[in-house]
Amino acid sequence: MAGKQVNPTRMELTRLKKKLATARRGHKLLKDKRDELMRQFLDMVRENKALREKVEQGILQANGNFVLARASMENETLNEALMAPRQEVSLESSTRNIMSVDIPVFEYKTRTADPNDIYCYGYASTSADLDDAVKSLADILPDMLELAQKEKACQLMASEIEKTRRRVNALEHVVIPQTQSQIKYIVMKLDENERSTQIRLMKVKDMMLEQAHHYTEKQVNE
Amino acid sequence: MYKIAVLGDRDSIYGFAALGLETFPVLSDEEAVETLKKIAEDGYAVIYITENLLSALDKEVEKYREQILPAIIPIPGVSGNTGAGIANVKKLVEQAVGSDIIFNN
Repeated sequence: MAGKQVNPTRMELTRLKKKLATARRGHKLLKDKRDELMRQFLDMVRENKALREKVEQGILQANGNFVLARASMENETLNEALMAPRQEVSLESSTRNIMSVDIPVFEYKTRTADPNDIYCYGYASTSADLDDAVKSLADILPDMLELAQKEKACQLMASEIEKTRRRVNALEHVVIPQTQSQIKYIVMKLDENERSTQIRLMKVKDMMLEQAHHYTEKQVNE
Repeated sequence: MYKIAVLGDRDSIYGFAALGLETFPVLSDEEAVETLKKIAEDGYAVIYITENLLSALDKEVEKYREQILPAIIPIPGVSGNTGAGIANVKKLVEQAVGSDIIFNN
Protein backbone atom coordinates (compact mmCIF):
# COMPACT_ATOMS: atom_id res chain seq x y z
CA MET A 1 0.00 0.00 0.00
CA ALA A 2 2.06 2.89 -1.25
CA GLY A 3 -0.68 5.47 -1.24
CA LYS A 4 0.09 8.93 -2.43
CA GLN A 5 3.63 9.64 -3.60
CA VAL A 6 5.56 11.81 -1.14
CA ASN A 7 8.76 13.79 -1.43
CA PRO A 8 11.56 12.02 0.41
CA THR A 9 12.77 15.02 2.37
CA ARG A 10 13.44 15.50 6.05
CA MET A 11 10.82 18.19 6.26
CA GLU A 12 8.22 15.89 4.84
CA LEU A 13 9.32 13.22 7.30
CA THR A 14 8.84 15.54 10.26
CA ARG A 15 5.47 16.55 8.94
CA LEU A 16 4.35 12.96 8.52
CA LYS A 17 5.57 11.97 11.96
CA LYS A 18 3.53 14.77 13.46
CA LYS A 19 0.55 13.71 11.40
CA LEU A 20 0.89 10.14 12.60
CA ALA A 21 1.05 11.24 16.23
CA THR A 22 -2.08 13.35 15.77
CA ALA A 23 -3.89 10.54 14.01
CA ARG A 24 -3.03 8.08 16.79
CA ARG A 25 -4.21 10.52 19.41
CA GLY A 26 -7.39 11.27 17.52
CA HIS A 27 -8.01 7.59 17.02
CA LYS A 28 -7.70 6.89 20.71
CA LEU A 29 -9.97 9.77 21.67
CA LEU A 30 -12.62 8.89 19.11
CA LYS A 31 -12.50 5.27 20.15
CA ASP A 32 -13.13 6.26 23.75
CA LYS A 33 -15.93 8.53 22.63
CA ARG A 34 -17.49 5.73 20.62
CA ASP A 35 -17.31 3.30 23.51
CA GLU A 36 -18.84 5.70 25.98
CA LEU A 37 -21.56 6.76 23.53
CA MET A 38 -22.32 3.14 22.89
CA ARG A 39 -22.66 2.40 26.58
CA GLN A 40 -25.03 5.30 27.11
CA PHE A 41 -26.92 4.49 23.95
CA LEU A 42 -27.54 0.91 25.02
CA ASP A 43 -28.90 2.04 28.38
CA MET A 44 -31.06 4.63 26.66
CA VAL A 45 -32.37 2.25 24.04
CA ARG A 46 -33.33 -0.32 26.67
CA GLU A 47 -35.35 2.33 28.48
CA ASN A 48 -36.78 3.40 25.15
CA LYS A 49 -37.90 -0.12 24.39
CA ALA A 50 -39.56 -0.60 27.77
CA LEU A 51 -41.26 2.76 27.55
CA ARG A 52 -42.47 2.13 24.04
CA GLU A 53 -44.00 -1.17 25.02
CA LYS A 54 -45.75 0.54 27.90
CA VAL A 55 -47.02 3.41 25.77
CA GLU A 56 -48.21 1.14 22.98
CA GLN A 57 -50.05 -0.97 25.51
CA GLY A 58 -51.61 2.15 27.02
CA ILE A 59 -52.70 3.61 23.71
CA LEU A 60 -54.14 0.30 22.65
CA GLN A 61 -56.21 0.21 25.79
CA ALA A 62 -57.27 3.83 25.38
CA ASN A 63 -58.30 3.13 21.81
CA GLY A 64 -60.37 0.23 23.04
CA ASN A 65 -62.07 2.53 25.50
CA PHE A 66 -62.78 5.05 22.78
CA VAL A 67 -64.38 2.36 20.66
CA LEU A 68 -66.64 1.55 23.58
CA ALA A 69 -67.46 5.21 24.04
CA ARG A 70 -68.33 5.60 20.38
CA ALA A 71 -70.54 2.58 20.49
CA SER A 72 -72.66 4.01 23.24
CA MET A 73 -72.90 7.54 21.90
CA GLU A 74 -74.10 9.36 18.86
CA ASN A 75 -71.27 10.38 16.58
CA GLU A 76 -72.41 14.00 16.63
CA THR A 77 -72.55 14.12 20.39
CA LEU A 78 -69.05 12.74 20.60
CA ASN A 79 -67.70 15.25 18.10
CA GLU A 80 -69.39 18.03 19.94
CA ALA A 81 -68.03 16.88 23.27
CA LEU A 82 -64.45 16.88 22.03
CA MET A 83 -64.76 19.96 19.87
CA ALA A 84 -63.54 22.53 22.35
CA PRO A 85 -60.71 21.18 24.45
CA ARG A 86 -60.25 22.97 27.73
CA GLN A 87 -56.79 21.69 28.32
CA GLU A 88 -53.77 22.70 26.33
CA VAL A 89 -50.34 21.19 26.62
CA SER A 90 -47.27 23.19 25.76
CA LEU A 91 -43.66 22.15 25.86
CA GLU A 92 -40.53 23.81 27.07
CA SER A 93 -37.55 22.32 25.34
CA SER A 94 -33.96 22.57 26.46
CA THR A 95 -30.99 20.51 25.43
CA ARG A 96 -28.72 18.26 27.37
CA ASN A 97 -25.29 17.30 26.19
CA ILE A 98 -24.26 13.67 26.23
CA MET A 99 -20.76 13.17 24.84
CA SER A 100 -21.12 16.15 22.49
CA VAL A 101 -24.54 15.01 21.30
CA ASP A 102 -27.25 17.52 22.04
CA ILE A 103 -30.41 15.76 23.07
CA PRO A 104 -33.70 17.48 23.82
CA VAL A 105 -35.22 17.60 27.26
CA PHE A 106 -38.92 18.31 27.32
CA GLU A 107 -40.83 19.86 30.12
CA TYR A 108 -44.52 20.07 29.62
CA LYS A 109 -47.00 22.48 31.03
CA THR A 110 -50.75 22.29 31.00
CA ARG A 111 -52.80 25.39 30.56
CA THR A 112 -54.99 24.90 33.57
CA ALA A 113 -53.39 24.35 36.90
CA ASP A 114 -54.85 20.91 37.43
CA PRO A 115 -53.53 18.45 34.85
CA ASN A 116 -56.52 16.24 35.53
CA ASP A 117 -58.80 18.93 34.22
CA ILE A 118 -59.40 17.11 30.98
CA TYR A 119 -63.13 16.74 30.68
CA CYS A 120 -64.09 19.48 28.31
CA TYR A 121 -67.74 18.58 28.11
CA GLY A 122 -70.83 18.48 30.22
CA TYR A 123 -71.54 15.11 31.66
CA ALA A 124 -75.20 15.16 30.72
CA SER A 125 -75.08 14.00 27.13
CA THR A 126 -71.97 11.88 27.16
CA SER A 127 -71.50 8.37 28.39
CA ALA A 128 -69.27 7.33 31.25
CA ASP A 129 -67.22 5.30 28.80
CA LEU A 130 -65.97 8.51 27.24
CA ASP A 131 -64.74 9.70 30.63
CA ASP A 132 -62.85 6.45 31.02
CA ALA A 133 -61.39 6.71 27.56
CA VAL A 134 -60.19 10.27 27.99
CA LYS A 135 -58.80 9.43 31.41
CA SER A 136 -56.87 6.43 30.12
CA LEU A 137 -55.36 8.56 27.39
CA ALA A 138 -54.46 11.30 29.84
CA ASP A 139 -52.71 8.77 32.05
CA ILE A 140 -50.46 7.69 29.24
CA LEU A 141 -49.55 11.21 28.13
CA PRO A 142 -46.56 11.78 30.46
CA ASP A 143 -45.11 8.48 29.30
CA MET A 144 -45.67 9.48 25.71
CA LEU A 145 -43.69 12.67 26.20
CA GLU A 146 -40.95 10.75 27.96
CA LEU A 147 -40.93 8.35 25.05
CA ALA A 148 -40.62 11.20 22.57
CA GLN A 149 -37.64 12.54 24.45
CA LYS A 150 -35.93 9.16 24.76
CA GLU A 151 -36.59 8.11 21.22
CA LYS A 152 -35.28 11.37 19.80
CA ALA A 153 -32.19 11.02 21.96
CA CYS A 154 -31.69 7.50 20.65
CA GLN A 155 -32.02 8.67 17.06
CA LEU A 156 -29.48 11.43 17.54
CA MET A 157 -27.07 9.20 19.41
CA ALA A 158 -27.36 6.41 16.87
CA SER A 159 -26.35 8.67 14.02
CA GLU A 160 -23.54 10.16 16.09
CA ILE A 161 -22.24 6.69 16.93
CA GLU A 162 -22.35 5.75 13.28
CA LYS A 163 -20.35 8.84 12.32
CA THR A 164 -17.82 8.30 15.09
CA ARG A 165 -17.42 4.65 14.15
CA ARG A 166 -16.68 5.60 10.58
CA ARG A 167 -14.09 8.10 11.67
CA VAL A 168 -12.44 5.57 13.96
CA ASN A 169 -12.33 3.01 11.19
CA ALA A 170 -11.02 5.51 8.65
CA LEU A 171 -8.20 6.48 10.98
CA GLU A 172 -7.44 2.91 11.99
CA HIS A 173 -7.52 1.30 8.59
CA VAL A 174 -6.60 4.08 6.17
CA VAL A 175 -4.92 7.15 7.60
CA ILE A 176 -2.59 5.51 10.12
CA PRO A 177 -1.29 2.64 7.90
CA GLN A 178 -0.85 5.00 4.96
CA THR A 179 1.15 7.48 6.99
CA GLN A 180 3.25 4.67 8.43
CA SER A 181 4.12 3.34 5.01
CA GLN A 182 4.96 6.83 3.78
CA ILE A 183 7.26 7.35 6.74
CA LYS A 184 8.94 4.03 6.05
CA TYR A 185 9.41 4.99 2.42
CA ILE A 186 11.03 8.30 3.30
CA VAL A 187 13.34 6.76 5.89
CA MET A 188 14.48 4.14 3.41
CA LYS A 189 15.00 6.69 0.70
CA LEU A 190 17.00 8.97 3.00
CA ASP A 191 19.18 6.09 4.18
CA GLU A 192 19.78 5.10 0.60
CA ASN A 193 20.80 8.66 -0.28
CA GLU A 194 23.20 8.74 2.62
CA ARG A 195 24.85 5.49 1.60
CA SER A 196 25.24 6.64 -1.95
CA THR A 197 26.79 9.91 -0.83
CA GLN A 198 29.27 8.03 1.34
CA ILE A 199 30.28 5.75 -1.53
CA ARG A 200 30.68 8.70 -3.83
CA LEU A 201 32.96 10.46 -1.34
CA MET A 202 35.10 7.34 -0.93
CA LYS A 203 35.39 7.00 -4.67
CA VAL A 204 36.36 10.66 -5.07
CA LYS A 205 39.02 10.28 -2.38
CA ASP A 206 40.45 7.27 -4.22
CA MET A 207 40.62 9.22 -7.44
CA MET A 208 42.26 12.23 -5.81
CA LEU A 209 44.91 10.07 -4.13
CA GLU A 210 45.66 8.38 -7.41
CA GLN A 211 46.09 11.68 -9.16
CA ALA A 212 48.38 13.18 -6.53
CA HIS A 213 50.71 10.28 -5.74
CA HIS A 214 50.19 7.94 -8.62
CA TYR A 215 49.25 5.03 -6.49
CA THR A 216 46.03 3.45 -5.50
CA GLU A 217 44.90 2.94 -1.99
CA LYS A 218 44.81 -0.76 -2.62
CA GLN A 219 48.58 -0.90 -3.17
CA VAL A 220 49.25 0.93 0.07
CA ASN A 221 47.34 -1.64 2.01
CA GLU A 222 49.21 -4.50 0.45
CA MET B 1 -42.77 27.52 23.75
CA TYR B 2 -43.52 24.47 21.67
CA LYS B 3 -46.68 22.59 20.83
CA ILE B 4 -47.42 18.93 20.33
CA ALA B 5 -49.07 17.61 17.19
CA VAL B 6 -50.78 14.33 16.46
CA LEU B 7 -51.07 13.24 12.85
CA GLY B 8 -53.12 10.31 11.63
CA ASP B 9 -56.49 9.04 10.62
CA ARG B 10 -59.29 10.68 12.50
CA ASP B 11 -60.47 7.65 14.42
CA SER B 12 -57.05 7.04 15.88
CA ILE B 13 -56.31 10.52 17.08
CA TYR B 14 -59.46 12.41 18.02
CA GLY B 15 -59.07 11.43 21.65
CA PHE B 16 -55.85 13.39 21.93
CA ALA B 17 -57.71 16.60 21.25
CA ALA B 18 -59.32 16.33 24.67
CA LEU B 19 -55.89 16.34 26.28
CA GLY B 20 -54.93 19.56 24.59
CA LEU B 21 -52.71 18.15 21.88
CA GLU B 22 -53.33 19.50 18.42
CA THR B 23 -54.71 16.90 16.07
CA PHE B 24 -54.32 16.89 12.32
CA PRO B 25 -56.63 14.30 10.85
CA VAL B 26 -55.62 13.26 7.34
CA LEU B 27 -57.36 11.02 4.85
CA SER B 28 -54.66 10.15 2.34
CA ASP B 29 -50.93 9.60 2.33
CA GLU B 30 -50.36 12.64 0.11
CA GLU B 31 -52.28 14.80 2.50
CA ALA B 32 -50.21 13.42 5.35
CA VAL B 33 -46.96 14.34 3.59
CA GLU B 34 -48.20 17.87 3.00
CA THR B 35 -49.41 18.28 6.54
CA LEU B 36 -46.21 16.92 8.03
CA LYS B 37 -44.13 19.31 5.94
CA LYS B 38 -46.24 22.19 7.13
CA ILE B 39 -46.29 21.40 10.83
CA ALA B 40 -42.66 20.32 11.07
CA GLU B 41 -41.64 23.92 10.38
CA ASP B 42 -44.27 25.39 12.61
CA GLY B 43 -43.04 25.19 16.18
CA TYR B 44 -44.05 21.68 17.08
CA ALA B 45 -41.50 19.92 19.24
CA VAL B 46 -43.15 16.52 19.17
CA ILE B 47 -45.17 15.09 16.33
CA TYR B 48 -46.88 11.79 16.94
CA ILE B 49 -47.89 9.94 13.81
CA THR B 50 -49.83 6.74 13.52
CA GLU B 51 -47.87 3.68 12.51
CA ASN B 52 -49.78 3.05 9.32
CA LEU B 53 -48.74 6.48 8.04
CA LEU B 54 -45.12 5.84 8.88
CA SER B 55 -44.26 3.95 5.71
CA ALA B 56 -45.75 6.69 3.52
CA LEU B 57 -43.89 9.40 5.42
CA ASP B 58 -40.58 7.60 5.61
CA LYS B 59 -38.74 10.07 3.40
CA GLU B 60 -40.01 13.08 5.31
CA VAL B 61 -39.32 11.54 8.69
CA GLU B 62 -35.78 10.74 7.62
CA LYS B 63 -35.16 14.42 6.96
CA TYR B 64 -35.89 15.40 10.55
CA ARG B 65 -34.04 12.48 12.09
CA GLU B 66 -30.79 14.36 12.57
CA GLN B 67 -32.37 17.55 13.86
CA ILE B 68 -32.99 18.05 17.53
CA LEU B 69 -36.55 19.21 16.91
CA PRO B 70 -39.10 18.06 15.96
CA ALA B 71 -39.16 14.56 17.38
CA ILE B 72 -41.36 12.41 15.19
CA ILE B 73 -42.68 9.47 17.14
CA PRO B 74 -44.81 6.65 15.76
CA ILE B 75 -47.76 5.52 17.88
CA PRO B 76 -50.19 2.68 17.23
CA GLY B 77 -53.46 3.65 15.62
CA VAL B 78 -56.96 2.38 16.23
CA SER B 79 -56.45 -0.51 13.84
CA GLY B 80 -53.95 -2.04 16.22
CA ASN B 81 -50.24 -2.31 16.71
CA THR B 82 -48.32 -3.00 13.52
CA GLY B 83 -44.98 -3.28 15.29
CA ALA B 84 -43.55 -0.45 13.19
CA GLY B 85 -42.63 1.57 16.27
CA ILE B 86 -40.58 -1.20 17.83
CA ALA B 87 -39.07 -1.98 14.42
CA ASN B 88 -37.91 1.63 14.31
CA VAL B 89 -36.10 1.31 17.61
CA LYS B 90 -34.59 -1.93 16.38
CA LYS B 91 -33.31 -0.14 13.30
CA LEU B 92 -31.62 2.45 15.52
CA VAL B 93 -29.77 -0.29 17.39
CA GLU B 94 -28.65 -1.77 14.12
CA GLN B 95 -27.47 1.60 12.90
CA ALA B 96 -25.45 2.24 16.03
CA VAL B 97 -24.09 -1.17 16.89
CA GLY B 98 -23.99 -2.82 13.49
CA SER B 99 -26.20 -5.69 14.51
CA ASP B 100 -29.23 -6.10 16.67
CA ILE B 101 -28.19 -7.06 20.17
CA ILE B 102 -31.26 -6.07 22.16
CA PHE B 103 -34.31 -7.43 20.43
CA ASN B 104 -33.15 -10.89 19.43
CA ASN B 105 -34.50 -12.60 22.50
